Amino acid sequence: MDDTKFKGMKPSRRQFLTGAAAVGTASVAATVAKAQGAPDPLITDIGQQPWSQYLGPGVDVAPYGMPIKFENHVRRTSVEWLTADTVSSINFTPLHELDGIITPNGLCFERHHGGAAEIAPADYRLMINGLVNRELVFTLEDLMRFPRENHVYFLECAANTGMEWAGAQLNGCQFTHGMIHNVMYTGIPLKLLLAEAGLQDSGKWLLAEGADASGMTRSIPIEKALDDCLVAFKMNGEMLRQEQGYPVRLVVPGWEGNMWVKWLRRLEIGDEPWHHREETSKYTDLLEDGQARRFTWEMDAKSVITNPSPQAPITHGPGYTVLTGVAWSGRGTIPRVDVTLDGGKNWHQARMSGPSMAKSMHRFYFEFEWDGRPLLLQSRAHDSTGYVQPTKAQLREWRGDNSIYHNNGIQTWYVNEQGEAENVEIS
Amino acid sequence: MSKFPNQLAIVAVATTALVGLSVGLSERAKHGSAAHDDEVHAAADDAAMSHEASVEEVAEAPAEEPVTEEVAEAPVEEPVTEEVAEAPAEEPVTEEVAETTAEAPAEQPASDDVAQAGDDGPGQFDGGTSVPALFVGAAWAQEAASEGVIGDLAGISFGLGRDALPEEVAAWDIDIRPDGVGLPAGSGDVWTGEEVFIEKCSVCHGDFGEAVGRWPVLAGGWDSLTHEDPVKTIGSYWPYLSTVWDYVYRAMPYGEAQSLTPDEVYAITAYLLYVNNLVDDDFELSDENFAEVDLPNEGGFYLDDRAEGEIPAFSAEPCMENCKDSVEITMRATVLDVTPDDEEATVTEAAAETPATDEAPAEETAAEDAPADEAPAEEVAGDSGISTDPDLIAAGEGVFRQCRACHQVGEGAVNRVGPVLNGIVGSTPGTVEGFRYSGAMTEFGEAGNVWNAETLAGYLADPRGYMPGNKMSFAGLRSDEDIAAMLAYLASFE
Repeated sequence: MDDTKFKGMKPSRRQFLTGAAAVGTASVAATVAKAQGAPDPLITDIGQQPWSQYLGPGVDVAPYGMPIKFENHVRRTSVEWLTADTVSSINFTPLHELDGIITPNGLCFERHHGGAAEIAPADYRLMINGLVNRELVFTLEDLMRFPRENHVYFLECAANTGMEWAGAQLNGCQFTHGMIHNVMYTGIPLKLLLAEAGLQDSGKWLLAEGADASGMTRSIPIEKALDDCLVAFKMNGEMLRQEQGYPVRLVVPGWEGNMWVKWLRRLEIGDEPWHHREETSKYTDLLEDGQARRFTWEMDAKSVITNPSPQAPITHGPGYTVLTGVAWSGRGTIPRVDVTLDGGKNWHQARMSGPSMAKSMHRFYFEFEWDGRPLLLQSRAHDSTGYVQPTKAQLREWRGDNSIYHNNGIQTWYVNEQGEAENVEIS
Repeated sequence: MSKFPNQLAIVAVATTALVGLSVGLSERAKHGSAAHDDEVHAAADDAAMSHEASVEEVAEAPAEEPVTEEVAEAPVEEPVTEEVAEAPAEEPVTEEVAETTAEAPAEQPASDDVAQAGDDGPGQFDGGTSVPALFVGAAWAQEAASEGVIGDLAGISFGLGRDALPEEVAAWDIDIRPDGVGLPAGSGDVWTGEEVFIEKCSVCHGDFGEAVGRWPVLAGGWDSLTHEDPVKTIGSYWPYLSTVWDYVYRAMPYGEAQSLTPDEVYAITAYLLYVNNLVDDDFELSDENFAEVDLPNEGGFYLDDRAEGEIPAFSAEPCMENCKDSVEITMRATVLDVTPDDEEATVTEAAAETPATDEAPAEETAAEDAPADEAPAEEVAGDSGISTDPDLIAAGEGVFRQCRACHQVGEGAVNRVGPVLNGIVGSTPGTVEGFRYSGAMTEFGEAGNVWNAETLAGYLADPRGYMPGNKMSFAGLRSDEDIAAMLAYLASFE
């Protein structure tokens, strides 16, 4: 994300939630399913069920399958005014369309600083240099011969929710929280590669460098490099997508996404941090007193309700309603999420479902009988260290409005009598 | 066991993934054998103690136990159950996990399978001379998590990769540090830098680093870090000059990275110091004097201190019932309405809806000065004291480049970071429609002031000194000539 706050845009005449038209198909389906009285021709009339009568496409129609056309609306989306151009830019994962904890590869948000590099596997090289006994060069084939591990981790951009510091701004969890994805990586423990090169005692810092046109670099303390970092080449079982760093990216579990250098070409060992652009002018957190925090690597515990949300309103009217969302922490697991329907007067423990892994997304549900009255929805994550996701007001007490990064404050959705949801802030 | 131990092992591993047995789990399973334990500990004893620090760090990581507890309690997923049915293990996977975690010896077949043929397990390597080392390597994650012990780094070799040649390292290792380590020999001065910058950089960053559109602002913003809209530039925010040099050399110009020579980068860097008022115009930067240049905000950073303040503050058990009496909505995103939709670009929409403004004051000025619609005389226009000399207006257009990142003038101009400046001459300060002014600016206008030659000159020369508390993040125009040109240029827009 660009290093700027986004506020003060001119109010427009646009009506409340015209964007809800995008979900029109869902509400139609719901209505039809509810139809009573005359027999449903989709059941009684074979003529209206061609799929039951005629043959469908055979195998190999799509050698690499894509979702059925009815799901074409499920896509990554950018916010045009956010960045100067679309090359050094970002788009957002459609969290409101997903369930479970795994993000499909094609929906993982993209953030590039010099566009997505295209590197053929045979042209790929990884260098290790600096304070090592042997400076080494690996091909992709070399890397594939190292022992590898599989881990599910979330990757969250430090700027996720950064546009909301000054107040509620974007209508949709895709835009407020969509700079995140959660996939299973297959990769080599970084410590194995460093051991292969022979890490010297004086080596305290690692510089990870990308091969893209931005020459992305980040300094990483050697303790983290030797702990759980991976040099990954697969995500969700298949090779990394181009936009996720094909063929090799760094995985820095629990830490801000910018450090997960894509198109990884070089690992340099040094005795001091490099203080490069992305760890000085960017990804430092300016506080109210004009001083800035640096090296704020860990991602604090955070959660968001994905349904209902502005892009996913309640279309079925009062009655049994499924509320769901995701939660994560850079410091461990999420054993508990609380949910409120009344803006924080009363809270309920949500039901966690699915695998619980450290530094991975977690899925929660809260099912309730909606009486049709307006709701003020919030979720509050607790992580395994005892940390509890703060309110935005609490967070601003420590950070002010200008820190851009690491906004993990509690999100509020206002749901009106029609089931339409809006991003709001509350007292 | 089975005739197909490897396949079974794969099933077991897949199961592991499905249940979400995290991270160290296969290592834990692998570790079920006492023999392996011994090897690991032996290796750990041999380990160079130079890595103690990192070991301690790891040992403090709190995350592992809850993970396994979670897994143990997690309801069994259906697919998992099916997988388990194929595996020889008698017991549900979840139990197996729990027991494995508890360091149960290798009585459970499924655990053994994982141990012997996990995707990173030693089973693939039996017979190799470096098998013991491999055991150590594979066991690290578990050891690091549970006991804070790390294996012997120096003892492991896979014999993969090749030595990097010096030319190769030199070609890729172009990074530099604040102390100047990594800088190539070379030099460049401010004036050379200006030429290169205007040719290669100004299309995005403006001639003076003021930026075009949303591209990064490189100059100005002094003393703005505590304001509502801080402007973080090299002069106002960046801690080290080396960051500038390194980034320009590796990534600029945008779309043509690594095309600049070291001397050009020295020159550009010198120019960027100059436009940030940090050096004089005769300054030359080189590898020899590089480390002597300090940026003003070097002391403006401190290490992440969340652990000392925020984290404890945010770790209390929260209220669950009757937590507040009333709740009010204090802000709504629909008011801003900047969420993109498929129909139209939000920016265009916002721009179209902003009135192109302020015809009234412009007309007033014109009426006072000269008959409307007539070409302005090439003199001083009436009593405004501002020249209408076309050459001066043209010069003013050049000077205005510094302003256009924030201000627009002319047809179709809209408020941006700063207000539209059409008709600003002769108007009351703080009255451009639709722009949110600082209290200082509004008061200045309410006090009866008018934007004329005198007030504009004073303000443009030193915005902060002339009107403390106003929002404009601009250091001020340096010369009287520039100010005269700017006034002429602004007065040409009614």
